[in-house]
Amino acid sequence: MSQRELPQHPDFLWTNPDPKKSYDVVIVGGGGHGLATAYNLAKHHGITNVAVLDKGWLAGGNMARNTTIIRSNYLWDESAAIYETSLKLWETMQEDLGYDVFFSQRGVLNLAHTMQDERDSVRRVEANRLNGVDAEWVTPQQVKELCPIININDDIRYPVMGGTYQPRAGIAKHDWVAWAYARRANEMGVDLIQNCEVTGFVMDGDRVVGVETNRGRINAGKVALAAAGYTSVLADMAGFRVPIQSHPLQALVSELHEIVHPTVVMSNHVHVYVSQAHKGELVMGAGVDAYNGYGQRGSFHVIEHQMAAAVELFPIFARAHLLRTWGGVVDVTLDASPVMGLTPVDQMYVNCGWGTGGFKAVPAAGLAYAHTIAHDEPHPLNRGYGLDRFVTGALIDEHGAAAVAH
Amino acid sequence: MTQHQNHHGGRLERGGRLDRDQPIGFTIDGTALTGYAGDTLASALVANGRLRVGDSIYLRRPRGVLSAGVEEPNAFVRVNGEHNESMLPATTLELRDGLDVTLLDGIGVLDDRPDRNEYDKMHVHADVAVIGSGPAGLAAAKEAASGGARVVLFEQDFELGGSLLSDPTITVADQGALDYVASVRAELEAAPEVTVLTRTCVFGSYDNNFLVALEKRDDVASAEGGVSRQRLWHVTAGQVVLAVGAFERPIVFSDNDVPGVMLASAVKTYVERWAALPGRDVVLFTTNDSAYETARCLTKAGATVTVIDARPEVKAATSAQEGARRAGLTVRTASAVVGIEGSEGVTGAFVASIDDAGQLAGDAELIACDLVAVSGGWTPNVSLHSQRQGQLAWDDVLSGFVPSAGVKNQFVVGAGNGTYDTDDCLIEGARAGRGAAAAAGFPASSSADGGDAVAESAEVWRARQHRAAGTVRPLWAVPAPDGSLDTHFVDPHRDNTAADVLRATGAGMRSVEHVKRYTSISTGIDQGKIGGVNTIGLLTQLLSGNDTKAIPSGQPGQDAADAVELTASGQPARRPTPGTIGTTTFRAPFTPVAFTALAGRGRGALFDAARTSPAHSWHVEHGARFEDVGQWKRPWFYPQEGEDMDAAVARECRAAREGVAFMDATTLGKIEIRGADAPEFLNRMYTNPFLKLPVGKGRYGVMCTVSGMVFDDGVTLRLADDRFFMTTTTGGAAKVLDWLEEWSQTEWPELDVTLSSVTEQWSTVAVVGPRSREVIAKLAPDLDVSKEGFGFMEFRETTLASGIDARVCRITFSGELAYEINVPRWYGLKVWEDVAAAGEEFDITPYGTETMHVLRAEKAFPIVGQETDGTVTPHDLGMDWVVSKTKEFIGKRSFSRAAFTEPGRKQLVSVLPLDHTLRLPEGAQLVEPDALGDYTGEGLPTAPIAMVGFVTSSYHSQALGRSFALALVKDGPTRVGQTLLASFGGKFAEVEVREPVLYDKEGARRDG
Repeated sequence: MSQRELPQHPDFLWTNPDPKKSYDVVIVGGGGHGLATAYNLAKHHGITNVAVLDKGWLAGGNMARNTTIIRSNYLWDESAAIYETSLKLWETMQEDLGYDVFFSQRGVLNLAHTMQDERDSVRRVEANRLNGVDAEWVTPQQVKELCPIININDDIRYPVMGGTYQPRAGIAKHDWVAWAYARRANEMGVDLIQNCEVTGFVMDGDRVVGVETNRGRINAGKVALAAAGYTSVLADMAGFRVPIQSHPLQALVSELHEIVHPTVVMSNHVHVYVSQAHKGELVMGAGVDAYNGYGQRGSFHVIEHQMAAAVELFPIFARAHLLRTWGGVVDVTLDASPVMGLTPVDQMYVNCGWGTGGFKAVPAAGLAYAHTIAHDEPHPLNRGYGLDRFVTGALIDEHGAAAVAH
Repeated sequence: MTQHQNHHGGRLERGGRLDRDQPIGFTIDGTALTGYAGDTLASALVANGRLRVGDSIYLRRPRGVLSAGVEEPNAFVRVNGEHNESMLPATTLELRDGLDVTLLDGIGVLDDRPDRNEYDKMHVHADVAVIGSGPAGLAAAKEAASGGARVVLFEQDFELGGSLLSDPTITVADQGALDYVASVRAELEAAPEVTVLTRTCVFGSYDNNFLVALEKRDDVASAEGGVSRQRLWHVTAGQVVLAVGAFERPIVFSDNDVPGVMLASAVKTYVERWAALPGRDVVLFTTNDSAYETARCLTKAGATVTVIDARPEVKAATSAQEGARRAGLTVRTASAVVGIEGSEGVTGAFVASIDDAGQLAGDAELIACDLVAVSGGWTPNVSLHSQRQGQLAWDDVLSGFVPSAGVKNQFVVGAGNGTYDTDDCLIEGARAGRGAAAAAGFPASSSADGGDAVAESAEVWRARQHRAAGTVRPLWAVPAPDGSLDTHFVDPHRDNTAADVLRATGAGMRSVEHVKRYTSISTGIDQGKIGGVNTIGLLTQLLSGNDTKAIPSGQPGQDAADAVELTASGQPARRPTPGTIGTTTFRAPFTPVAFTALAGRGRGALFDAARTSPAHSWHVEHGARFEDVGQWKRPWFYPQEGEDMDAAVARECRAAREGVAFMDATTLGKIEIRGADAPEFLNRMYTNPFLKLPVGKGRYGVMCTVSGMVFDDGVTLRLADDRFFMTTTTGGAAKVLDWLEEWSQTEWPELDVTLSSVTEQWSTVAVVGPRSREVIAKLAPDLDVSKEGFGFMEFRETTLASGIDARVCRITFSGELAYEINVPRWYGLKVWEDVAAAGEEFDITPYGTETMHVLRAEKAFPIVGQETDGTVTPHDLGMDWVVSKTKEFIGKRSFSRAAFTEPGRKQLVSVLPLDHTLRLPEGAQLVEPDALGDYTGEGLPTAPIAMVGFVTSSYHSQALGRSFALALVKDGPTRVGQTLLASFGGKFAEVEVREPVLYDKEGARRDG
């Protein structure tokens, strides 16, 4: 599609019903994960009497705020399995959902700037390959061939020493993805209820039987939480705790420019990741703000530091202009891997803690979470991701691995 | 794109804020034109009769200059020069000699040539920051400054005055408007604590009144070489006064994007400020009184004006409609422009009557004209207010969102607060300036500008605002005779129309955020300044029909309550109003900012501090290659003539194992820990005991995270009962100090512990090898260096032969006899050179980090961050001995968890390639010999291949005469003797698992 064409969404997306008195499954949180879960419940488990509740507008949280990078080159087996499943689902998503989500497999480069970066990168590439994930180590010269605008000179503070490259990785248009799931779910009978904030849970002993909302009580056979950082608040209402901390994470775009950037470049060491979206804007993410909070905004010095790194790596960006900054809220567990599984409350399920990885996981998370809800037991993909690992210590620590953005 | 020279007005003979003695030549798309000093590019174009700019982005429609300010959606240019800059609005680009621009059509072109300009940053504190220098801002700054407060006045334009620049004929505070501006400016510039910054746009507003602004300094930079081109200001202000004005809205009607359709206020600005007449035959289409000022100035400038007023006859003695008629203008009420004749430029306007519902009430009539000036009402500029989560309410009379609940320590005044009368702006501004100064502790001394007026209640003031604004009849979309909405542009920059909005609501979109995303309205450079409120108004209209349930609000805090009506069921039913629909989120930056201006000087070597040891110059002179470790530049190895890295490292290793070698260990983190509870504190932080460490001795310690994972390690010396000297890893110093501080401050505040980073206070030389004792003996003649007199893990304070006081430790990271000499940093180079001289007779050899790594790996000493990755316990490293079984320490509880006791943990071993010359890549994965199945290494395996471990370190050992590696392997110690396959780059190699320590297992070399 040419940069000079503005793509159009379908003529109809979804209805805006009032909530019914009762649903088989109530999903709390209408982001990518909640919507994909509803879709999978309807599509694969025949459960269509489902409501997705959102306290604001549909897919208006991190789904509307991420930098849309999709890759599966994670270090650990459990991570590689779920993200690679996800990537394969991305490859058929347009067909599956009947909606062009502009999934562009333009490749993702993760740069190395120190010798330890290089060790970690090689380790991850080798692990990826044995896990069936396409990955390769590339030299600075190869980096330059993949992305000609990058500066691989030695005269910068942290020269590019190489990188890892996943050719099948890429980007998509985030709203389009959310809406594609929403539309299909809605077509199959799922009610999408916006401006509906859960204020409490209705319990029958240890079992949840409904939710209280600002739009009244809604009875539920099962309740599935899909509220990212706000899972802490919901879990607190339900009487259990989740080990996540929420931090602001900022992103930004420039105005539109003729396409110069053919791939996606990420650098953990100097804290920048950038792609050029289909319309021509440079889309960039910054580092996480250190403090905890739900404010969808961050600190400006983080942006300044990121811009310095960006201009160092990409001198051609010098006079691109910062057009808009924004913040999302990343929900980070202590091992930087998600939580998905059962909870101490009967018929209540949890999916949170995706940190910076939530967007790319949407298709697989929807698949696995729907299975977990429908069968009251984890899907093989999320067996290792239960809350119990924080008790047993069987962590899946992506923090220490270069596969993680932060 | 066709170049279209239209026949609009041109430069008036008199007037304007121009220096007519200073003509300025510039070039647009290769055509040379002339303007004057004081022009913007846009005003110069208007004066040259050129309203036509680049085509629109997607529909490729001809477009013209729409505005005279930062909200411009059409007139974008690339400024050509040593580094081209794209997407600059002609309306804010100051005309300068030789300016060479290319018109753009919605998309910029990045320049791959380097931008060699300087960009810098300032950090200032202000008692009162005043943003905007229109009447309200000037009044505020003047008052705030009068009591001596440190005031910074920001103005994005190159002239002070704001709206007064477009109203030069009015009287302000008993003077001409521009005299008022000049007098306030003089007063402010005379005040010692006041800074006036023009060309400086405050684009970001953050918590605690932290403002970010960009100053454009091209004028200074071009005049004086070596001056920054732009400057980023960081301002922490006690109080903030927002006097940022309002934006006029276009009107959404058919073909409202044809060049020659221009905002009425912009028309007035071009005429009054720049003596540039955009058209001679003007149809002025308005929804309110403000545009009548434009009619007046156009008439004065010799243009003919026909007023098309959407409102019915306004029955008031002071009716602007009547006033205009008395002045001889044709005023047609209850009418609208419903279409435009012309495509490259306006040649006529189709005008029709409209009924009370806004529907067409009669046939359209064509009025020939060359300019259509439009005023759809005013939108207070609430961006900075909203960036701080300041709340908004829709004011139906003002027909705009106005700030409601305020932001702490901020004042919103003037048109940005919906105050449109100039005198009221002065009152409001002065009051805010005085209030801000008083709150900042500098009560104003003067009480000018209506300051004596009794503070009205909010309601009374609002009524006053309403009176001043008069009657507004917003037209969110004017019907076209053919019923189409396809060329009713809501967001011209993004080429989005009313039809797109209609399509969005038809698709089920109810939230303004969804409509924005469905269409792309407000996502362009003006970020909704042009189309935001018109979209919201249009939504109100479209959603007033059926299916109005579940309209999700946009920004929180709007006046949803006003519009909630309880239905019989008790459920709120929402009748959409702009207030219930809300706005999209306002975000920084208010206007675009070049990336490089944000980068500032933090580029190249200054991107991140490069830390070097005092002996760095020696290392450079001796040919060291360097490695980045954290921020440090550490010598990596010292190649001699003709040596590659392997040869150099082999030589350095041989020296350390067989003779004597020395290494700069200055970079290790150093933290001094003092206090009565320092022993207890360390005892909790380290996994091994520290309570009973005697003074004069050191101990190696390991720190873990709460999860029981190795976090850092190092040797800590006990200097006195209540005083310790901790060393950390080079890269971990800062995070270890943070970690210690966190526990000290938040978890155990009752402990008497003080922590100080002393990394920069000390310089350390490690002297290593069998002959190190002889070198130390020469250097430190007072020291008993005998095995008996100076034991391992002891330290001594001594005075070196050079007279320099030193602390000498017996510590080894190589397994060899070794000493570390610590001296105050000041003497670092001298002592390094002394070591070199003293060792010369023993052929002492400098070595770098690579040799250090090889030596320690031969002894299986782990490096935190290389052998560990946040998932490795001390036990996994085979260091059970360092974990106390009796005391409490951070991480201890985790060791009893199931995952720590079950088999399958990855543990440290060494692996030896069967091919002795093969050096495995660090990071290579290890698999069972039979794990590969059919997989040959080509492409990817069809199913995952189980991995049992990976290589953490890999070297050639001079001492062993072969390659070797360290690895973390599942149940590693139980696999000793087994063969595994290493996988790397599609290749596989057999390796044998061995116990970790490969050299001097019994530790015989430690004491020399």
